[in-house]
Amino acid sequence: MEFLLQPLTLLTFFPLVGVLVILFMNSESKAAIRWVALATSLVTLGISLWVLTMFTASNPDLQLEAKYAWITVADWNIKYYLAVDGLSILLVLLTAFLTPISLLSTWTAVEDRVKDFMIFFLLLEVGMMGVFLAQDLFLFYIFWEFTLVPMYFLIGLWGGPRRVYAAVKFFLYTMAGSILMLIAILFLGIQTATFNIPDMLAKLPALYSDGTITAGTQMLLFVAFAAAFAIKVPMWPLHSWLPDAHVEAPTAGSVILAGVLLKMGTYGFLRFNMQLFPNATVAAAPWIALLATIGIIYGAAVSYAQQDVKKLVAYSSVSHLGFVMLGLFALNPEGVAGAILQMINHGLSTGALFLLIGMVYEQTHTREIKVYGGLWKIMPIFGTIMLIASLSSMGLPGLNGFVGEFTILLGAFGSKAIGNPWFAGISAIGVIMAAVYILYMFQKVFLGPAGEITHHHELKDLNWREIITVLPLLVFIFWIGLYPAPFFNLLAPAVGKLINALPLLP
Amino acid sequence: MTQPTNIDYLTILPLIILIAWSCVLLLVDLFIPKTRKWITALLAAGGLAVTLIFTALQIGKSSVGFNNMVVLDGFSIFANVLLLLSGLFGIALAHGYVKRMGIQRGEYFILIIFSVTGMMLMAQAADLIIVFLALELLSIPLYVLAAFTRKVESEESGVKYFLLGAFATGFVVYGTALIFGSTGTTSLTAIATAASNGTSGLLLSIGAALLLVGFGFKVAAVPFHMWTPDVYQGAPTSVTAFMSSGAKIAGFVALLRVFATAFPSISSDMTNILWVMSALTMIVGNFVAISQTNIKRMLAYSSIAHAGYILMAFVPYGNKAVVATSITAGLFYLLTYVLTNFGAWAVVISLEKAEGKGLEISDYSGLAKKYPALAAAMAIFMLSFIGFPPTLGMVGKFYLFRAAIEGGFSGLAILGVVTSLVSAYYYLRVVVNMYFREGDPEIERETWLTITTGLTAVATVLLSFVPQLLFLLANTAVLK
Repeated sequence: MEFLLQPLTLLTFFPLVGVLVILFMNSESKAAIRWVALATSLVTLGISLWVLTMFTASNPDLQLEAKYAWITVADWNIKYYLAVDGLSILLVLLTAFLTPISLLSTWTAVEDRVKDFMIFFLLLEVGMMGVFLAQDLFLFYIFWEFTLVPMYFLIGLWGGPRRVYAAVKFFLYTMAGSILMLIAILFLGIQTATFNIPDMLAKLPALYSDGTITAGTQMLLFVAFAAAFAIKVPMWPLHSWLPDAHVEAPTAGSVILAGVLLKMGTYGFLRFNMQLFPNATVAAAPWIALLATIGIIYGAAVSYAQQDVKKLVAYSSVSHLGFVMLGLFALNPEGVAGAILQMINHGLSTGALFLLIGMVYEQTHTREIKVYGGLWKIMPIFGTIMLIASLSSMGLPGLNGFVGEFTILLGAFGSKAIGNPWFAGISAIGVIMAAVYILYMFQKVFLGPAGEITHHHELKDLNWREIITVLPLLVFIFWIGLYPAPFFNLLAPAVGKLINALPLLP
Repeated sequence: MTQPTNIDYLTILPLIILIAWSCVLLLVDLFIPKTRKWITALLAAGGLAVTLIFTALQIGKSSVGFNNMVVLDGFSIFANVLLLLSGLFGIALAHGYVKRMGIQRGEYFILIIFSVTGMMLMAQAADLIIVFLALELLSIPLYVLAAFTRKVESEESGVKYFLLGAFATGFVVYGTALIFGSTGTTSLTAIATAASNGTSGLLLSIGAALLLVGFGFKVAAVPFHMWTPDVYQGAPTSVTAFMSSGAKIAGFVALLRVFATAFPSISSDMTNILWVMSALTMIVGNFVAISQTNIKRMLAYSSIAHAGYILMAFVPYGNKAVVATSITAGLFYLLTYVLTNFGAWAVVISLEKAEGKGLEISDYSGLAKKYPALAAAMAIFMLSFIGFPPTLGMVGKFYLFRAAIEGGFSGLAILGVVTSLVSAYYYLRVVVNMYFREGDPEIERETWLTITTGLTAVATVLLSFVPQLLFLLANTAVLK
């Protein structure tokens, strides 16, 4: 029973308590179900803050370990092993933070099958926490795959008109990536006779240097893992599932999808590819940087052409996550630290955008840019908040996006691994393009003459619940933008350790 | 080694109990009035349960008996437990179904016990003659059961199964004869000794290949799978459920024991053949399943596909270093398959109406809204078939692919995961219909059906968190 009381076990599995309670509730008492779900996610948030107080920022290693033998037959050595370090602590907090916000956004938006919705959502939280905390490849793989199931139902049951198509596409696409990772995990597990990552990291250098795992095999393993993560990120050209999933998903689903699920991909690169396959990482860095740069420009260009606000934000994710990938594979402290912070930033600003779009969609049931116009006059609060979120997304100095993108570009310019400042130079154009499509959207929707929807609808400005829903996001958007030091302090030691473990560049 | 004259009845005690009980039951059934045939079902299930207890008492024991013709070891005990469970599930599923379909006759349940006896004998066979005997004992009741409805489709199914089955049995007999010709013995261990002396040659290989054909037919491996969809579709669903689990276990158990014990010397040739068979079975099963609209046919192709996965465990059977792991992996996968399979068929039976209605995948539309628990259970079974956490199917595939990679067959493992992806498409279609489409399905509520569905669904999820227990169990089943 001791294992149940480990802080990280509690953090991961506490939402299951809510699931069990909701399971035995009458599906007609919707309000009560909502409150139970919200309370559960708030307690989980509380646990995550408790974990933060116990976290030692100056320690670069895994902390608060919960480690128990799980499957010990033969030489499997699978452990139930959860731990947190500077690479994951912010993502864990982000997950705990975005879940109650997303639930709050469903208060009036989800009326159908509330019980099922809340169950799937809380299960999703368990999966996401597990992905960020698992330090055993078997355990990680279970959580990784498991997140697909609730998300599949969230899109398929509460999504838009093409929800079935989007759900199946999402499922198959993501599964296609992870099956190759499974083979690579099994291969590593056999070669090192363990599945837990610290032990594996201790054994791998010897296997690499004595040629048991050749450089070619290492590259293949790298690619197998990268396939799973690149689809999740999603990196160009593997992104085509994302717009469908985003557009069809319900608001809360989009927020979690953009805010957390995509980060599972970038986090995967950080935790697994870069640590397990150091040589392959260095060798692949220019290529990843190339794909990331294409993604940045492509995502931004396609965003500009969108007629649907949600699709616009979805494509902008492709562009923003290109930045994250570029920073990660700069393979220097600035790049990686900036990338981790940018993962959080993207979760905050894109999360806010999706929430806001959802709020107006609830009233108008359309997301076509051209039918809006002049919204500012009718909904000034909404307009103000939307403006802040948009500016944060395009990287205005003083807001969070700027800090992340600036640090990433700084890292990418000086990166020896990428080896060519042009990647960073071209990527910088992406920042300008972001301003173009974001401001274009903002202008069409909020300024100018009133559009047909604005005319024909009795549009109400945001109510208190809606303001409370987005307010926490705004706080962090300003906080990170004005004073990012505490966030960098949390991750810097772990990033330093990660970089030092990579083979030094000439 | 025991003395040649030693006839150790205890070695096959569970079998003796079961066969005696079924003979008694045949007589008892005569005195049970037509309207109360559920008593026969109960008695048959009771017999299986008692036998299960005796089998459980054998855990840890090992012996040989009847002049080395039957053997008791961890492997056979594991298989017997699985087979008895299949028998119990088979009766549980049939109990209400046969009544509803107007085919409630006492011999149904007795035939199932006979078949289970044959399957258990197969698991304990240490001699090709016994293998043949067991094959007949398990098959003939199944032929009768397949035709049990006495409707055209059902009779077609029975005749098809019988003709092709007889043909396959012929292969087994002919293979046995050739092996006897080349080695002078039918005992599995003696064949291995003779073969390793190098006296065998071509005849032995041909004999082994013929046995493979016979067993390949029983487990529905490509290219011996043609009968499966038609037979599975035409047979009463409760029979299909039993057949697709029990006969498959028996076929695989025989294949494992015969090949691992008798033919390690020709493994270099056989491994290639098995590789191709496994690959083809996975590919054909999964790809053809995509185009099915009838759930029984879809599950038939899915059962072919899973035969391909299990075959993967056989490929490195001649490699001493990994054979133990891969056999354990194969057995473990059989266990996960059987649990999931019975669960899925139980749901199919719940929705089936008279005259073969309610068997289209589109008939599952709207199930989740009306019967959330049943739909959730079916979703769990589908996820388990795909190999998705948190289900036992995922652990099974993990184990299996690991064994394949360890044996040096990474290519096969990659094919395995790719075909799993393909399978996700058609398994998900059931989920899509149940959850994302509107409809108004009606189900039959039946106590034993509900218990089976619930039990298998819960087991499929919960056991995936504590697979250690099952691994240890499967590990005791390693062939010496």
